[in-house]
Amino acid sequence: MTSYPDWWKLIFGRFTLEAIPYHEPILIATFAAVALGGLALVALVTRYKLWGYLWHEWFTSVDHKKIGIMYMILGVIMLLRGFADALMMRGQQAIAFAGNEGYLPPHHYDQIFTAHGVIMIFFVAMPFVTGLMNYVVPLQIGARDVAFPFLNNFSFWMTVSGAVLVMMSLFVGEFAKVGWLAYPPLSGAAYSPGVGMDYYLWALQIAGVGTTLSGVNLIATIVKMRAPGMEMMRMPVFTWTSLCTNVLIVATFPILAATLALLTLDRYVGTNFFTNDLGGNPMMYVNLIWIWGHPEVYILILPIFGVYSEVASTFCGKRLFGYASMVYATVVITILSYLVWLHHFFTMGSGASVNSFFGITTMIISIPTGAKIFNWLFTMYRGRIRFELPMMWLLAFMLTFVIGGMTGVMLAVPPADFVLHNSLFLIAHFHNVIIGGVVFGVFAGIAYWFPKAFGFKLDRFWGLLSFWFWVIGFYVAFMPLYVLGLMGVTRRLSRFEDPSLQIWFVIAAMGAVLIALGILCFIIQIGVSIIRREQLRDTTGDPWDGRTLEWSTSSPPPAYNFAFTPIVHDLDAWADMKKRGYRRPLGGFKPIHMPRNTGAGVIIAALATVGGFALIWYIWWLAALSFVAVIATVIIHSFNYDRDFHIPAEAVLREEDSRSQLLGRA
Amino acid sequence: MAKAKAQAQVPGVPAFYVTEDEHAHSGGSTMLGFWLYLMSDCLVFAVLFATYGVLGRNYAAGPSGADLFDLKLVAVNTAMLLFSSITYGFAMLAMDKGRQAVMQGWLVVTGLFGLAFLGIELYEFAHLIHEGATPMRSAFLSSFFTLVGTHGLHVTFGLIWLTVLMVQVSKRGLIEANRRRLLCLSMFWHFLDVVWIGVFTFVYLMGVLK
Repeated sequence: MTSYPDWWKLIFGRFTLEAIPYHEPILIATFAAVALGGLALVALVTRYKLWGYLWHEWFTSVDHKKIGIMYMILGVIMLLRGFADALMMRGQQAIAFAGNEGYLPPHHYDQIFTAHGVIMIFFVAMPFVTGLMNYVVPLQIGARDVAFPFLNNFSFWMTVSGAVLVMMSLFVGEFAKVGWLAYPPLSGAAYSPGVGMDYYLWALQIAGVGTTLSGVNLIATIVKMRAPGMEMMRMPVFTWTSLCTNVLIVATFPILAATLALLTLDRYVGTNFFTNDLGGNPMMYVNLIWIWGHPEVYILILPIFGVYSEVASTFCGKRLFGYASMVYATVVITILSYLVWLHHFFTMGSGASVNSFFGITTMIISIPTGAKIFNWLFTMYRGRIRFELPMMWLLAFMLTFVIGGMTGVMLAVPPADFVLHNSLFLIAHFHNVIIGGVVFGVFAGIAYWFPKAFGFKLDRFWGLLSFWFWVIGFYVAFMPLYVLGLMGVTRRLSRFEDPSLQIWFVIAAMGAVLIALGILCFIIQIGVSIIRREQLRDTTGDPWDGRTLEWSTSSPPPAYNFAFTPIVHDLDAWADMKKRGYRRPLGGFKPIHMPRNTGAGVIIAALATVGGFALIWYIWWLAALSFVAVIATVIIHSFNYDRDFHIPAEAVLREEDSRSQLLGRA
Repeated sequence: MAKAKAQAQVPGVPAFYVTEDEHAHSGGSTMLGFWLYLMSDCLVFAVLFATYGVLGRNYAAGPSGADLFDLKLVAVNTAMLLFSSITYGFAMLAMDKGRQAVMQGWLVVTGLFGLAFLGIELYEFAHLIHEGATPMRSAFLSSFFTLVGTHGLHVTFGLIWLTVLMVQVSKRGLIEANRRRLLCLSMFWHFLDVVWIGVFTFVYLMGVLK
């Protein structure tokens, strides 16, 4: 370590040239690949002069549909990164036996499992569910956009900003080595002095701002902007679950923000919240982080329950069984999700009575969840089931999720948890519910709404291939982990002694390879579908014989969504309209009032990224500068009162006429 | 709904769309959205209060609240903030009557009270740090400085916002967008007041009890 002069520290903080990990061949190869890929992308965009198009039509867009699509793209990109981490871990654990050290040194392995967890939850699952909600909710409630279109764009870019910081840590410095929830005192300044923990803190803090604001936005949208006649109990189930999810987001993400801020103060200022001395209490952190963390898993799964509900009723060709019970079950889960956080640390000495309380509330959650499973089953009963891709994912989900739910109830029993805590059984359990629940549901949602978003269906053959690789791969990868967990193998180990365990890790690694093929087939599916888009074209706007309002628009919907705001008379409004002989209006259009695009969101988020980077590396002047710049940009933006415009009636007429022609062709 | 003219096409078929569109983007969702934001901010304070509740007596052999707090100073400080809420209320009454100059006057008074509050708070902090009662000294002081300091930061942002709004009102007058913004700041300002009453009671009054 060469020492750097004072002027260097003044300008570059604690950044040194040694922070670039050029001595790690894996990282250099990754960096080369990413850099070449990035350069190729930039070159292509420049070659085809797409920068203006991207900036005006996408980056600065306040259209909820485009923002939704951008969230999904972010999710797919980060899925590739997070899954690469998973493959590396599986590879390491499959070979690191009996003296073989494997190919990953411990400090690298620890960063990988931390990054895997953080990326998969915050930058894969969250963008996916937020993307689906953003795209679908306004269409389902008959609105033209969300309540705060600019805020929506800003929220998206703040999420991107967090993702950028996490990706940066791969090539500049390091990432945290503390596990995805970063318990102190390990994550405190004394035991994690490097920049890794600070990347973690600022990435999550910045992305969390976006998530909280997007929660506020969608609640206001659902409460205030429903089409006339859509009472609460006539809202589509997906909109209901989105409402509950966003209530959870607004009710929990501030807790995450405050908790991370306290840990940040401990690390930067030297306060004693979670330290072991001068009165600090690390258990306070564990409680606080799980008060956010448990509702978080329901934030992920609830909207997906909504996706499954839409898929079930559409592809069974009938109204969802037990609509009211589905709504009540969702609300009950929303409330109960707040009362179970302590089951994540039964072993930490809360005592029998406290553990019993949280064990029982945890088990109670399985009742409304079970009710949902029965509702989907009864929707299928005597339905005309069409085994399209979304329906396949629903079936795989129901089988898989029940297994995950049952192992969850096992973990909810405190004495059993004392045996299984922190074991691979737990890892198998939560992957079982998150992959079998959230990921399958995201794929169901993508297959279901893709034709709405792009005007053509996804290719069925590659979709089925992806489906089977994912489902079989999941079982092959995670069932061995249940076995290992029951045998007492704990999580986050990079090497093992007992050679009799190895076979299970080898099987699990094969499962991970199968899942990799599933992801590959998914990407091929997108490519093939784009090539075959003329054969797969949806001219009707309603390719699945859908039941909710999004299917009443064209595919893709016009910027204003609905030429006239629909009036709702029944649950499943679009099915009702079709049944009662609705005729599409062909004339008499009025100018439509719409929000104007703005670049302020991109600029503020970019400044936040710079500020985060500066804080991570102790480059104080840059941090202060970007903070002032953020405030200044917000103030300047607030002086712009000219935020909307009218789409002229003739433009609406042209748009609607072209749809009439499409419909005539069909 | 009332404005919805039925499209007269097939008899017996109800109207499926609104031909006379009402404005989709009304101030109503802004107020709700801002209210939701305030509730999320309230949870940030809830965490800080809870942390203070758990760690607030962990003095680590250092000074306690009873040793440090000067209730008279805090009482003056509290009065500053409460007065600023009243004067903000007067400003809103003036806004309702459309008296822009009067409103701006009351906003200036509000801002001055806010500045006084911040000044006294900074003086208190400087005094404590000077005596060695730094945020690093004990978990009690960490949670005290963070809770009170976070409130102070909010007041600071409120003051910046207040200034910006006064410029905007003077440039554009009491147009609807500005009225909406002033109402949002009003909610924010009163919210900070409510939080301060919690701080005053929970931290200062209960802190000086032995």
